[in-house]
Amino acid sequence: MMQRVTIDPITRLEGHGKIEIFLNEDGDVANTYFQIPELRGFERFCVGRPVEELPLLTNRICGVCPEAHHMAGAKAADAVYKVNIPSTAKKLRELLYSGFYFTDHTTHFYALAGPDFVIGPTAPVAERNILGIIHKVGLEIGGKVIQARKYGHTIVEMIGGRKVHPCTSIPGGLTKGITEEQRQEIEMMGRWGIEFAQFSLQLFNDIVLGNKEYVDLILGDIYTHQTYSIGLLDENNKVNFYDGLVSVVAPDGERIGKYAPNEYTEWIAERVEPWTYLKFPYLKKVGWKGFVDGKDSGVYFSTPLSRLNASDGMATPLAQEQYEKFYETLGGKPVHQRLTIHWARLIELLYSAERIVELATDPEITSDNFHTVPTEVPSEGIGIVEAPRGLLTHHYKTDERGVVTEVNLIVGTTNNYAPISMSIKKAAQNLIKKGTVVNEGLLNMVEMAFRAYDPCFGCATHSLPGQMPLQVTIRDANGEPIDVLKQYC
Amino acid sequence: MSENGKPKFAMYWAASCGGCEIAVLNIGEKILDVDANFEVAFWPVAMDAKYKDVEAMPDKSILLTLFNGGIRNAENEELAHLLRRKSQILVAFGSCACEGCIPGLANLSKPQVIFDTVYRSVSTENPEKLEPQYEYQMPEGTIHIPQFYPVLKTLDQVVHVDYYMPGCPPESHQIAAVIDLVIKVLHGEATLPPPGTTIGAGGSTVCDECSRTRNVKAIKQFVRIQDVAHIDPDLCLLEQGIPCNGPATRDGCGALCPSAGAQCIGCYGPAEGVLDYGARLIAAYASVIDSNDPEEIDRILDGIPDPVGQFYRFNLAGSMLRAGTPAWRGNGSS
Repeated sequence: MMQRVTIDPITRLEGHGKIEIFLNEDGDVANTYFQIPELRGFERFCVGRPVEELPLLTNRICGVCPEAHHMAGAKAADAVYKVNIPSTAKKLRELLYSGFYFTDHTTHFYALAGPDFVIGPTAPVAERNILGIIHKVGLEIGGKVIQARKYGHTIVEMIGGRKVHPCTSIPGGLTKGITEEQRQEIEMMGRWGIEFAQFSLQLFNDIVLGNKEYVDLILGDIYTHQTYSIGLLDENNKVNFYDGLVSVVAPDGERIGKYAPNEYTEWIAERVEPWTYLKFPYLKKVGWKGFVDGKDSGVYFSTPLSRLNASDGMATPLAQEQYEKFYETLGGKPVHQRLTIHWARLIELLYSAERIVELATDPEITSDNFHTVPTEVPSEGIGIVEAPRGLLTHHYKTDERGVVTEVNLIVGTTNNYAPISMSIKKAAQNLIKKGTVVNEGLLNMVEMAFRAYDPCFGCATHSLPGQMPLQVTIRDANGEPIDVLKQYC
Repeated sequence: MSENGKPKFAMYWAASCGGCEIAVLNIGEKILDVDANFEVAFWPVAMDAKYKDVEAMPDKSILLTLFNGGIRNAENEELAHLLRRKSQILVAFGSCACEGCIPGLANLSKPQVIFDTVYRSVSTENPEKLEPQYEYQMPEGTIHIPQFYPVLKTLDQVVHVDYYMPGCPPESHQIAAVIDLVIKVLHGEATLPPPGTTIGAGGSTVCDECSRTRNVKAIKQFVRIQDVAHIDPDLCLLEQGIPCNGPATRDGCGALCPSAGAQCIGCYGPAEGVLDYGARLIAAYASVIDSNDPEEIDRILDGIPDPVGQFYRFNLAGSMLRAGTPAWRGNGSS
């Protein structure tokens, strides 16, 4: 009988993500299963609803990233009506979305991921939190982080009408614009944001890149996977969060193609496994070969790092400088070490702040031409945006009244279900050898593998990004527990 | 009471989106008041949650539990029973726990239809027609996932609930006000409201806190919001023919959506005294239709393309349609 190790990310809760590790008779890892134990069924119950409500209903998939669903839903609804929205509407939506990215990336780095590096991966759990960061680098930074989150939320609320679950995007544009006073306030917040993002990158440079132990950890094999990278690009092949074509880049760096939203079913397929509620997306043109690396395996990832790998650069000057430094330091494109996702995320933070200023200083942004009444008969549409945690695809079909008849969603974190599963297996294989479980570090090493992807199973189930509560139960050959390790649970 | 003399506080999410947690975190410095007055015994999003420790706590040892999310599967229900047992005051927090919210619309479909939709979608390659199994035999051993229930239930359809706090999500200023009240109660400066009360919201309707101008409502047609060339920024949306849910919906949000030019979609649930949200909204719409001709009235009502979604968008699971008794009446089946 095989030994079994159960890693049960209880809380968030007692489920919502559970890992089973099976050991073979030699005591090495035979296999691991990362299970998602929940389904709500949005793809079914959005059927029958008027399509203009889908940007509101699909918000409720995830309260952490409702802005992403609001945007993808609105773009899909625009496409259903074949309506070209006014350029002011497009810019307002992108401005809202840039504010959201600014808040979201700040939260992830400072509250969730940063502590591993700023405080140290092996520091006591009690110190590895935002308070620990403040303790180490000074009280002032705490105030800055709170300010950064507040500014991003303020931009979302000004344009989206609400802090959580925005409501203003409709087919053809928005229900409202912004005033000159609001524009000035947003510009001020964006300029402050650029300084904050530069400060954050400097902090990363000083504390992480200046420490050989961390650099070795980042570049080590345990957190490396050779998979495909995907990312949404503008017309100049630069990273864009709101619109563009999806670039697909092979593990060796070759761009095998770019697809438009309405081509997504030619590129992406999803696999069903009977032991979990969540599906596994993969590259259809390459095919599903199991949970394995390499150019022949259709496994891809979708994160800040994959977006940088899939692009030719950043569309704003300061972020572009950081992009170049990133690849110079790490030895060229593509980069596969998954812990560098944190660095890539800070480069995106800087881009989002620069983009806020660009859009807030655009002469069109305060125009009252923010909506076009759709005139075409509604039928079918696909909307794609980059959610912070991965590409988000909404696909709707409607009848001639614009009532939804079919919905398909491929949600941010879901893209990364296969690579996260592989990262878990690799961490387990490296840390459990011949029956010896390396207790010290197992939980945090596994958790760091998770955290790089910033998994948001709010989209699949619930968990807020970052901290995966883990409980590892080590069982003997008779299934009796002999040891229990816990973290965040 | 805990060892340090502070009463215990808990917050938990069942089938939810996480937006309720974000709304609580957005109360800012009020979080410090929670910390000063309570021992946070269990709150997965904010601290090292100790589920086993909850099981080990004496019954009724948590003073206040805010429970968000609906009851979608067996695991959600287990946690509802556990937290009910351990808590003196259990609050259904947010629309999902109070009335089912958007995920409650799943109750219009049988589970098999939901599975067929999700696991055979246009991008799914599933020639073997696989779907999740609650117990599955892998080569290495058996693994489990929780049972998906036939319908999504509200919290008070599985356990007794003491108070209801509506909203999707509850607005942060309302959360802060409730925390202030509970702290005053702890210090003997206030008393708790009667059991079963809705807290953290108003006693009227969204219309009463909406700043838009209201005249005599008389409409000849309902219009879809995207078909309106220019949404009048000052006039009542319903008077413009946009199907706004304000007249049936409880106030407390500050009329956020109508203020932003979007119709109220009803996330704060039924107004005070309303037994069935949909029935109230149907009555409200009926009263503004400017016609006595049955055929014309039919034509006007055809302007609402999705009646069940329009009238029960947030509270199908908790409505009289499904349960016989409105959820917010604090039934509690066990």
